[in-house]
Amino acid sequence: MSLLADGFTILCVLAGLVFFAAGTAGLLRFPDTASRLHALTKADHLGLGLVVLGLLPQMDSLAGILRLLAIWALVLLASAATGPMIARLLRRQGGAS
Amino acid sequence: MILGLVADGLLAAGILALALACVATRRAFASAALFIAYGLLLALAWARLGASDVALTEASIGAGLSGVLLLGGVRRLAGLAEPSPDAETGPLLTVLIGIGCAAVALAIGAAVLLLPDPAPSLAPQVAANLATTDLGNPVTGVLMSFRALDTLLESAVVLLAVVCVWALAPEGGWGGVAGPRQPIVRDGPLALLARVLPPLGIVIAIHILWVGADAPGGKFQAAAVLAAMWLMPWMAGLAPAPRIDARWLRLVLAAGPALFILIGLGGALAEGAFLAYPPGWAKPLILAIEIVLTASIAVALALLVMGPPEPPR
Repeated sequence: MSLLADGFTILCVLAGLVFFAAGTAGLLRFPDTASRLHALTKADHLGLGLVVLGLLPQMDSLAGILRLLAIWALVLLASAATGPMIARLLRRQGGAS
Repeated sequence: MILGLVADGLLAAGILALALACVATRRAFASAALFIAYGLLLALAWARLGASDVALTEASIGAGLSGVLLLGGVRRLAGLAEPSPDAETGPLLTVLIGIGCAAVALAIGAAVLLLPDPAPSLAPQVAANLATTDLGNPVTGVLMSFRALDTLLESAVVLLAVVCVWALAPEGGWGGVAGPRQPIVRDGPLALLARVLPPLGIVIAIHILWVGADAPGGKFQAAAVLAAMWLMPWMAGLAPAPRIDARWLRLVLAAGPALFILIGLGGALAEGAFLAYPPGWAKPLILAIEIVLTASIAVALALLVMGPPEPPR
């Protein structure tokens, strides 16, 4: 059972890391700010979500599980809000550099 | 084991690289942004060393609050005229500054390298005497009991910083509303965050304060979160900044350090030493100081970010 849980954790965290790596590559390689923002927020949402999902079986209490989920929800909220905020600022400045 | 070493090595290299880039970059905004990233990596390093309390404080105060203050400073600097070429430092001064900085770096490096092995530690004494404070977190025990004087001075420094920021109020601004006027943001992400986050953040701050007795956490971290929960609606124009001559504001600001000093004087009367707690009273007294200090520090940190009042237009 614990072997199964550990395998699940390793798979999910690795998949999460792939999204983080892809997001970082996008941040560095994409040509304009809007697509860079897109790469960054997707990496945050999916990457962190998979890492949190992978860590869930390692928690020994319900409180720990709820805290992990709360962290993910808060990061989702923050990153979903800051992305559009930067994008709006960019549009108001009238340039996409 | 090896993997841990590789991770620590990467972290240390990242911290060094960010520190260098932060100093070397010529643009103030980039420098402030790099400083925030540097603070976050430093918090990770503290977490790797097992110092969760320091990591929390570094992330909230060192990276978060200081970062916001620096960004505010960058914005203010951008409004000023470029310094004239005459104001630039001459070669002699540049060399002297370089020698001074190098000497400080060498002295600190030498001090760290010359530490006796094993390093002198008071940790066993703290562990042996922690039971007298009824606290479970040795860091809180040190901060609030064994080295309470340091914490008292720290809280006084925050208050002093607010006084200094207010002293920068321009002509006609004294006593007015703190900081620049914020336009009201009715929709969009900022308005959403300003409405949704404060109820969650206030609960999280109280949690951080409360678990500080037995687990990593405490008043400075809680106060930073509380200050952020006030600043967000302020930035969205939903919560007006207070007038700096408001009686309640000054009372809240002074209450924490004042209560700390009063309890310290009480210790001097009852136990014969400043900041000594009577046996059995340590936990309730520490709790009272922590709660009131959290309110004082939260208000002070928020006021630091809001800045000095501006003259009426």
